Amino acid sequence: MRATVLVRPKDGILDPQGQAVESSLRQLGFAVDTARVGRVVDLEVEGSDPAAARAEVERMCEQVLANPLIESYEIELAGADA
Amino acid sequence: MTSPQPRIGVVRFPGSNDDRDALWALAALDAEPVAVWHSATELPDLDAVVLPGGFSYGDYLRCGAIARFSPAMTAVAEFAEAGGLVLGICNGFQILCEAGLLPGVLRPNTSLAFVCRDVPVTVERTDTAFTARCSQGERLVIPVKHGEGCWYADDELYAAVEAHDQIVLRYAEPVNGSVGDVAGVVNEAGNVMGLMPHPEHAVDPLLGSADGALILASLVDAARERALAAV
Repeated sequence: MRATVLVRPKDGILDPQGQAVESSLRQLGFAVDTARVGRVVDLEVEGSDPAAARAEVERMCEQVLANPLIESYEIELAGADA
Repeated sequence: MTSPQPRIGVVRFPGSNDDRDALWALAALDAEPVAVWHSATELPDLDAVVLPGGFSYGDYLRCGAIARFSPAMTAVAEFAEAGGLVLGICNGFQILCEAGLLPGVLRPNTSLAFVCRDVPVTVERTDTAFTARCSQGERLVIPVKHGEGCWYADDELYAAVEAHDQIVLRYAEPVNGSVGDVAGVVNEAGNVMGLMPHPEHAVDPLLGSADGALILASLVDAARERALAAV
């Protein structure tokens, strides 16, 4: 089962990388208010039970993929409504 | 009677690059340095451990996030839990934060620029195993070289860190955007410290400053006491 994890800097956390991207976009003439830069992790996880897969990926996020002090995460399971 | 040389381990991760300087500095300060490979599941008999600077595992994911899961780090965490002295320098500090052995996290510098220069830091505590040779409020000049040294804690965590008097070093001028200008912290128990400046690069006055020797020699002193107590 395919899972996609989106990791973002938490609201209120200064994101200098996002600020640099934002100012570059403005310099190019794009009307951008804010840019925040995060990370995408695509996973192929074993098993076919969406609930179990989601729980497993949540554990991955808590332990490794995100640092809960500064990052939030979202999990999307391909082809699952769970 | 000659005092024994304490054995201080320096853990080498793939991508560590200040391990040799750390080994050299510890030997210069009369300790017996012991290189420890990252895949070691057990530490040799040691009186203290240093996690050196560098870019372990290429800084992939987040600085220190992968090194934290190396076998040697499991052993270091057990060593620290048993009260063992652990000093993390730069990438070593990042690893200790990711491992939850120290509070906070190191983020990209607010300037997004890599900072590589001598910086002044103020000693906030001298009652630790890492700063006993310093005097309170003393200003040390020690080099930093990092792109991700901006120490961050949210308001609640920062208040707790201050309440437990865990801030040992603060930058005396803006360097990287750290909350509270924090340059080095200890854990609540006081046996684990991390700092972004590199004391191992400031041991010989020939290189501009020997202030880093105060920190490493404090560690060597404390490790020697433990070695003597264990005999």
